[in-house]
Amino acid sequence: MSHDQGREKLIRMANQIATFFMSQPETDRAKGVATHINKFWEPRMRRHLFECLDEGADGLMPLVVEASTLIHRPSSQAKPGTSNGIAKPL
Amino acid sequence: MSLIHEIDYGTPASRSERQVTLTIDGRAVTVPEGTSIMRASMEAGIQIPKLCATDMVDAFGSCRLCLVEVEGRNGTPSSCTTPVSPNMVVHTQTGRLKDIRRGVMELYISDHPLDCLTCAANGDCELQDMAGAVGLRDVRYGYQGENHVRARNDDAINPKWMPKDESNPYFTYDPSKCIVCSRCVRACEEVQGTFALTIEGRGFESRVSPGAHEHFLDSECVSCGACVQACPTATLTEKSVIAIGQPEHSAVTTCAYCGVGCSFKAEMRGEELVRMVPWKDGQANRGHSCVKGRFAYGYASHRDRILNPMIRENISDPWREVTWEEAFSHIATEFRRIQYQYGRDAIGGITSSRCTNEETFLVQKLVRAGFGNNNVDTCARVCHSPTGYGLGQAFGTSAGTQNFDSIEQSDVVIVIGANPTDGHPVFGSRLKKRLRQGAKLIVIDPRRIDLVRTPHVEAAYHLPLKPGTNVAVMTALAHVIVTEGLAAEAFIRERCDWSEFEDWAAFVSDKAHSPEVTESFTGVPADLLRGAARLFASGGNGAIYYGLGVTEHSQGSTTVMAIANLAMATGNIGRPGVGVNPLRGQNNVQGSCDMGSFPHELPGYRHISDDATRDTFEKLWGVTLNNEPGLRIPNMLDAAVEGTFKGIYIQGEDILQSDPDTRHVSAGLEAMECVVVHDLFLNETANYAHVFLPGSTFLEKDGTFTNAERRINRVRRVMTPKNGLADWEVTQKLAQAMGLNWNYAHPSEIMDEIAATTPSFGMVSYDYLDKMGSVQWPCNEAHPKGSPIMHVDGFVRGKGKFIRTEYVATDERTGPRFPLLLTTGRILSQYNVGAQTRRTENVIWHAEDRLEIHPHDAEQRGIKDGDWIKLASRSGDTTLRAQITDRVSPGVVYTTFHHPDTQANVITTDFSDWATNCPEYKVTAVQVSPSNGPTQWQEDYNDLSNRSRRIAGKIQAAE
Repeated sequence: MSHDQGREKLIRMANQIATFFMSQPETDRAKGVATHINKFWEPRMRRHLFECLDEGADGLMPLVVEASTLIHRPSSQAKPGTSNGIAKPL
Repeated sequence: MSLIHEIDYGTPASRSERQVTLTIDGRAVTVPEGTSIMRASMEAGIQIPKLCATDMVDAFGSCRLCLVEVEGRNGTPSSCTTPVSPNMVVHTQTGRLKDIRRGVMELYISDHPLDCLTCAANGDCELQDMAGAVGLRDVRYGYQGENHVRARNDDAINPKWMPKDESNPYFTYDPSKCIVCSRCVRACEEVQGTFALTIEGRGFESRVSPGAHEHFLDSECVSCGACVQACPTATLTEKSVIAIGQPEHSAVTTCAYCGVGCSFKAEMRGEELVRMVPWKDGQANRGHSCVKGRFAYGYASHRDRILNPMIRENISDPWREVTWEEAFSHIATEFRRIQYQYGRDAIGGITSSRCTNEETFLVQKLVRAGFGNNNVDTCARVCHSPTGYGLGQAFGTSAGTQNFDSIEQSDVVIVIGANPTDGHPVFGSRLKKRLRQGAKLIVIDPRRIDLVRTPHVEAAYHLPLKPGTNVAVMTALAHVIVTEGLAAEAFIRERCDWSEFEDWAAFVSDKAHSPEVTESFTGVPADLLRGAARLFASGGNGAIYYGLGVTEHSQGSTTVMAIANLAMATGNIGRPGVGVNPLRGQNNVQGSCDMGSFPHELPGYRHISDDATRDTFEKLWGVTLNNEPGLRIPNMLDAAVEGTFKGIYIQGEDILQSDPDTRHVSAGLEAMECVVVHDLFLNETANYAHVFLPGSTFLEKDGTFTNAERRINRVRRVMTPKNGLADWEVTQKLAQAMGLNWNYAHPSEIMDEIAATTPSFGMVSYDYLDKMGSVQWPCNEAHPKGSPIMHVDGFVRGKGKFIRTEYVATDERTGPRFPLLLTTGRILSQYNVGAQTRRTENVIWHAEDRLEIHPHDAEQRGIKDGDWIKLASRSGDTTLRAQITDRVSPGVVYTTFHHPDTQANVITTDFSDWATNCPEYKVTAVQVSPSNGPTQWQEDYNDLSNRSRRIAGKIQAAE
């Protein structure tokens, strides 16, 4: 899967979540999307989502954009080679 | 250790609460009203001679051996058919009774072979026992007359003699040993509900006949084994008993196939398994079994089993056998290298729904505490993850609400997206039993599954919906219930959030959700749907059972919520006979979810971001846990293709065959640098593995499985692991190699850790399970005996939550290129990807996957029954043979996915459930066309499989 395909899939997943919450009572919508993504999306996926959002949110439903202020932006990518709390190679 | 002998009370227990006291042989006995004299006697310890009676079926009164005398009554009534009455005085042994019984036995034995010493039932024959019990010393009639015993009478052929029927792979039928007690016929009818057996002929001509005088294999017999269990002689005998002899010790354990979780006695001779016999006290199966659990255990000793660890540098190399130590140190070095090179989150693990709770717990612990991330997932991802999410939202727990006994009190049953008689056969039999007693059935399924019409069972409604429209149908049912004023208002006001209900009621009442409107795209006639809704709302105790036909859709989680809504709206939660019941696919899929196999939650369904929960584990494990959710299986594969996920430890799962969009799975695996597969066999995923760790079977280890009713059942080791180590030991040694200080000496210590950290398991321990037999979680101080029914006094989350369920059509749509919808399922004799069942005699029933196609669609394409066809979707194509049937509607095709050479998942797409990423297996737009043979993909794949199974220094067995 190329970078583009991966992004396409991510956008589809985010939009699927937004589609569900679109049918919920208005007060729950943006919060629902954000809570869901915070609970179930690994930081790598959220990082990619923010890349899409930062680049203009092309293809993302407006509800995802609206929810983005409530989605936790992951801290900068953990750098390879900095064992990051794990044991050194054996 | 000795052989477990279960007491046969002769007739089933009475459920009456009124007690009756009588006198039997001078002893006062008190039993429930409706109990037979035979059973009352047995409860008092007096065994009345019997042949045709056994407590798995109703009394029949044909053998005339169990006669008794009752003071004040004439004659000698049979004790099995005579109920007790107050102050009755019964004598079980008098001169008159002795004479009658001996006379009856004389007649039986005059037409029975006298080959006891060489008979397979020697030592386990009720006829032999009864001859002894009544003091039979002589057969005055001789043995020369008319008989069923000998092939020839003097010089003439004996037309009454029938040869042994050995057509069934697991048991034989020897008519010469039959005493025509009808126990087998009644077991097939009352317990299994298949009605495959009958008695043909009359009087001395009477014979047991499968179907219309057919061989067992050619008849409707489903090989559940109930008849074999019921047979008092050697007439129906397991071939394994014939081959080995009678067992000498046994242990109660739990079947490792489907989520029903049947209890079995593993009957042994030394370390050799003689047979598996369903355990009467097993609370899930109540003494019943299916062909898989009862007979299909041969895979455990199949020659394909790999018994030594193996390594290879590249997946194009042959495997090299290594020591366990070498394998563990290789994995540890590789995983640490990958983490150093690509980051801590570049590796992960998959726990198995086939392994025990203890083993699953250890794998997720290894990932969280050892790998330092939360990249752990389990195959529930691809089956019931929407159940976890949907029921969690609505009720507050991610599990079914009932026990299986509950079905005995149901009045209306909805079965949606499940095929219990094939997928969960023992539950299917229990359901059919209730339906024969008069309960009503509503089937919601694109296919006409067997339950729609089967002997003595007919669904009141079959709603043959188009695949992918579950939400629309469930919401339309709710529309009818709400708009026709059938909702259970008192229940809802007391138990649910009333304002949420009002919001939901307004939503479903919209005309857009009426059956008249939805009919156009669901294909379900409005009047049928209205009838079904009215029946469910007003027919008494309503229960909903569902399977993967609900969850494996892009709206899987929404359908689960719609099911929960329907149960709450009709007040069908919190008592026996009702509830929401997910039928779990694998033996321990419930357990693997309970044990914290999902990347976002720790054991007991507690989110990883919850500080208090993390603190519990951090203190005990001495590590800091990552508070961010990890990758789910599809996300792992995406990340692998992207290049940020490089190593994986897969315990007992075959993602290449079981997960959708095979090409994407193989691309993901191929992109990884260290794939570790821990399994019994070189499965399909192992084609892409660098390290293979041999696994152990459920017969070779101690542990627990948790079934679909949350029941924690013991698994008991009855033989030494052929590979040397139980799976929990393998994971422990791997953890040790990675520097973790684990020292479990026995799985019971792992369960103690689970109980100490997970509130719903608070009181669970091996000692407690030994004492209780089994318990259903939550089992803690608040529920010391476990919880057969959940949400009894209120929902776990407080108030039940109604959630709007808007139907959204899947993006997977038919069009000119792909005009048909493919849906998938399984059949009785095979299990999941078939790794186990394909390595047993079960292949006799299902040697290949077939594509079911409607005659109309077949004719249009020029396809005849049995033709090779090409099945293509936008993901890929494969070939298999067609089976023409009107079980599927026009426009819908169906296949199973038990055989790797079919590769049904080459066809399925990467679309998934919006909430959980559970793949949309049940809807794929396809085209079907005639074909000459395997596709290029199948040929390439076969080639790869053959190359990947080479082991250095070993000559490959010819296939």
